[in-house]
Amino acid sequence: MRDTASGHRWEGSEQFYRGAILALGLALGLAGCRTRASKEDGKPAAPARSAALAGARVAGQPPAQQDDGQWLMPAKDYASTRYSALAQINTANVAQLKPAWTFSTGNVRGHEGAPLVVGSTMYVVTPFPNILYALDLTQPGAPLKWKYEPPVLPAAQGVACCDVVNRGAAYDDGKIYYNTLDGQTVAVDAAAGGEVWRTMVADINKGESITMAPLVVKGKVLVGNSGGEFGVRGWLTALDSGSGRIAWRAYSTGPDKDVLIGPRFKPFYPQDRGKDLGVSTWPPDAWKIGGGTMWGWISYDPELNLIYHGTANPGPWNPDIRPGDNKWTAGIFARDPDTGEARWFYQWSPHDLYDYDGINENVLLDLELQGQHGQRRKVLVRPERNGYVYVLDRVTGEVLSANPFVHVTSSRGVDLKTGRLIEAPDKKTGFGHIVRDVCPAAPGAKDWQPSAFSPRTGLLYMPHNNLCMDEEGVEANYIAGTPFVGANVRMYAGPGGNRGAFTAWDPAAGRAVWSVPEPFPAWSGALVTAGDVVFYGTMEGWFKALDAHTGKELWKFKTGSGIIGQPITYKGPDGKQYVAIFSGVGGWSGAIVAAGLDPRDGTAALGFVNAMKDLPQKTTPGGMLYVFALP
Amino acid sequence: MRRLATGLCALALTFAALACEREERRFQTLPAKSARAQPVRLTTLQPGQSLPARSGHGPYDENAWAISEGERLFNQYNCSGCHFHGGGGIGPPLMDAKWIYGSDPQNIYDTIVEGRPNGMPSYGGHVPDDQIWKIEAYVRTLSGLAPKAAEPDRSDQMEARRSEQATSPAAPRGQKAEHPQ
Repeated sequence: MRDTASGHRWEGSEQFYRGAILALGLALGLAGCRTRASKEDGKPAAPARSAALAGARVAGQPPAQQDDGQWLMPAKDYASTRYSALAQINTANVAQLKPAWTFSTGNVRGHEGAPLVVGSTMYVVTPFPNILYALDLTQPGAPLKWKYEPPVLPAAQGVACCDVVNRGAAYDDGKIYYNTLDGQTVAVDAAAGGEVWRTMVADINKGESITMAPLVVKGKVLVGNSGGEFGVRGWLTALDSGSGRIAWRAYSTGPDKDVLIGPRFKPFYPQDRGKDLGVSTWPPDAWKIGGGTMWGWISYDPELNLIYHGTANPGPWNPDIRPGDNKWTAGIFARDPDTGEARWFYQWSPHDLYDYDGINENVLLDLELQGQHGQRRKVLVRPERNGYVYVLDRVTGEVLSANPFVHVTSSRGVDLKTGRLIEAPDKKTGFGHIVRDVCPAAPGAKDWQPSAFSPRTGLLYMPHNNLCMDEEGVEANYIAGTPFVGANVRMYAGPGGNRGAFTAWDPAAGRAVWSVPEPFPAWSGALVTAGDVVFYGTMEGWFKALDAHTGKELWKFKTGSGIIGQPITYKGPDGKQYVAIFSGVGGWSGAIVAAGLDPRDGTAALGFVNAMKDLPQKTTPGGMLYVFALP
Repeated sequence: MRRLATGLCALALTFAALACEREERRFQTLPAKSARAQPVRLTTLQPGQSLPARSGHGPYDENAWAISEGERLFNQYNCSGCHFHGGGGIGPPLMDAKWIYGSDPQNIYDTIVEGRPNGMPSYGGHVPDDQIWKIEAYVRTLSGLAPKAAEPDRSDQMEARRSEQATSPAAPRGQKAEHPQ
């Protein structure tokens, strides 16, 4: 129920008062918070890394499995590899790639989505107002089969922190599932385009929205909320794929019963054991508005029957308002998909100081780590926002390695004994002072933009950022449905001056193999194929193909707008391999163009505008799907 | 029994009385003069001959103290969470010359009170009028619409931005409200 018209829309949080109380706010019942306070195929890989390769295998997939040429979920598979075994397009012929056909969405906001290919139909979801288009791949030019347009509240645009993006849909059992910005999950008949069910799972008047792509596991549609900049309480929920009814909901903060922590919860590190830590690691009641949203990626290991999902930053950004470790934010959960029960947890950034949402992709591999010959471990590889690529034992949650992939000043490494991030006291943000040269900046070393893993090269391909920031803590007032941040931020390029990079990383050795600098943050997803070609897009609008072994640029094409989408590849009904990508700049990084922000205010868009002042000279908005093929 | 009869009788009378409420029939239309000859307009396009537009005046548009109070309220009510320090983010920029819903003080006041369909919350009833007018006065300074004498002369934010008064004249700024009379 919504209660917009009544006065109790404002929710209080008096416990946070540490300084002067705002009398005017109280008069309204508005409480202010003022504070001072693998498919291993046997093909030999590049000689330099053959040792690492020998151990690389994608989890949950028999090595000999053939690619059926479809693309049923944004990350391609449950292990989240974004690897396709299609190899018609390869390093020798990719230079001849040409546009085959295009499709305009008529939408000028950020296109972060991934197209899906099911049988001979392609499906794309637009940013708000979240229209689903079905395109007929059997016909020349892939004409529109149908469109589905759900009723989406336009007011939801006011609670979307970082452009009104949508990261895509998922297919299962004859239905396309996706989320709308105003907090609905919809199921659409994949053949006819009719709505099967539609469930409201979030509430914009609490500041909640949804931008993530759902994952469907064993008849459950897994959906999480956005709104970490609005004082929401984060959750992941499972909807029955047949009926749309909510099967379970696991919160990221609060008492164990809400977090679905029970007797089966066995975290690896002692700091994560204890009763109701989601309450006791916060000031009283702060967990109720403490963030920990789940707007990112979920992976699934069918053998272990575990799903893996991160939790986003604690709120507000100003950490003085929330002393404590702020569990279970900025971490990762392993859960039983049937019941939602938590099995283990690890916290990337206890008491996060920098908006390091922990919701990036989790790539599930069976890997032989360097120095452990013959011992293949079930691992989870996570390029994390705080600047480290983590390799976790995905059975237990133990950190096996954590190595920095960008310049990091905000921490001094990860203590592999305790599992804890080592703080950098000189970079502690808070009320009343400005901390400078914090690297990585708030969007992290890598934000949502998903990486790809090739079992052929044993490398993880990461599109990422190279940004630092200055941050000033200011007061944060919790008013439901409005931002709850408490920080002024100004971002800029990190060392080298390039604001982004595309890096190939050897997760077994824990080091970069090659890296291509990009002038702007590399904000698109990555795709790698058995043709040993890796694809990604740039914010100026270039769609690029690199040699997966060397990083050498083999081909590029300038699309109409900056690219922040997720590339996919598929085999068309004609038997040819195609590569598809959304063009259409926006997102947090591209909001300056998509929303027409003013570059004179560097603090605009949570400080990202300061780093992107020249983007409007490089690209213009406009959503278009591009599909490429060999002639 | 008698009591029941009395009760029924009273009930019937009540219904009868209610039934007497009839639609009021108006024999005269509203006089033509009742049209607001000079409304605050959101557009310059008018049907037929152009009529003058009225400029709304906020009570604090020329008051430096109230404008600084407006800035404080702008931050405390989280306006800055969406519009930041004029550059925009979730909400549109307020320091440029584009005004989707009008730059007149009355337009800005209405926007804050009513909200707008694409995300601007409706603050009416949640915030006292007096404070809304102060916020309105401050918002106009962001794009140089306030009188020079009342504008804040330096920015208190972390960003080393030049003061509102010293913003480059070459940069886009809002249109001054027209005062036809």
